[in-house]
Amino acid sequence: MVKVIYRDKTWEVKPGSTVRHIIQKVGLNPESVLAVRDGQLINEATLTQDGDTIKLIAVVSGG
Amino acid sequence: MKCHKCGATAVIQMRQHRLQLCAPHFVEWVTATTQRAIETYRMFAPADKMLAAVSGGKDSLSLWDLLLNLGYQVEGLYISLGIDEGIDYSAKSLEMCRKFVAEHHPEARLHVVDVGAEYGQGIPVLARTRRRGQAKPCAVCGLVKRHIMNRVARDGGFAAIATGHNLDDEAAVLMQNTLHWQTGYLARQAPVLDERPPEACGTRGGLARKVKPFVRLYEREAAAYALIRGLDYIYDECPFAKGSTTNFYKELLNQLELTSPGAKQQFYLQFLRARDGGRATFAESGDLALQPCARCGQPTTAGGLCAFCRLWE
Repeated sequence: MVKVIYRDKTWEVKPGSTVRHIIQKVGLNPESVLAVRDGQLINEATLTQDGDTIKLIAVVSGG
Repeated sequence: MKCHKCGATAVIQMRQHRLQLCAPHFVEWVTATTQRAIETYRMFAPADKMLAAVSGGKDSLSLWDLLLNLGYQVEGLYISLGIDEGIDYSAKSLEMCRKFVAEHHPEARLHVVDVGAEYGQGIPVLARTRRRGQAKPCAVCGLVKRHIMNRVARDGGFAAIATGHNLDDEAAVLMQNTLHWQTGYLARQAPVLDERPPEACGTRGGLARKVKPFVRLYEREAAAYALIRGLDYIYDECPFAKGSTTNFYKELLNQLELTSPGAKQQFYLQFLRARDGGRATFAESGDLALQPCARCGQPTTAGGLCAFCRLWE
């Protein structure tokens, strides 16, 4: 499985889909987040593999 | 997905530019885009002494890093607002700024102004106890920051204040001002806010020039730059900004961007072109004649005390 972390939330999703698909599947907008794996920024077409941990970073800030 | 420049694995895709880049080429692209904005809008020159307003967040630290790497003379200004709200927000933000200097630019100078220590009360107390801040703490915060930034810039002889505002910030403000037809704000919103020299305001210092070098970058790109450059920044957003109108408009614009790549960029840049080319005109509202505040001497449109000094009454 692929572990997906966003702020204080965590999901487990099946491997094999793209990062962009996963972002949308957990209800987020790909324009509003960046994806990081093993501390490195990864593009949204990256195919996820079993055992991956993907951290989604919110990019919207300010008041 | 391959980098369009070298064929290595891309780390980011920018649909609005039909461009995907690897980490080194992305940093190069962000740097060139920022330099182009500085030149296009005639923000400042290499010899100018600049002040970067830094909050410990991704935008301002990325901007400071990039400008220093380009060889500009930029000192940082951190304004400690005294925001704790159970997460030590201000203390952590200052720590990020100090860490940035220590780890990335030990030669850089960071000025720190502590609002609570200098004026007696931080933003949370001010917001709770003043009529102006009760509905919106951000209104008090903005006022305090503008006053202090101007004071430090003028006292220190800086040519301009650089802020980390990006295209998403500007597009969100534009959307808000358009929906409310705030023509005065629409007439003034720009990548550069010109200096009002002392003689124009009858004051000792005048109003410092303000520039926004990241005005052509999406917020996502500023965050990606920080991640790639290894800049540690405060990830928590200001507790008072949660649910803010600006963030709501940013999310709306990102929904639009998802289905129509480039929509945010078109909205903002075409607005600037239409207004500056004379195809759209907006009347300035009210009389903006400036005069010195009776207490601090900073320029104000109000007679007597400026809005900042009235806060402490």
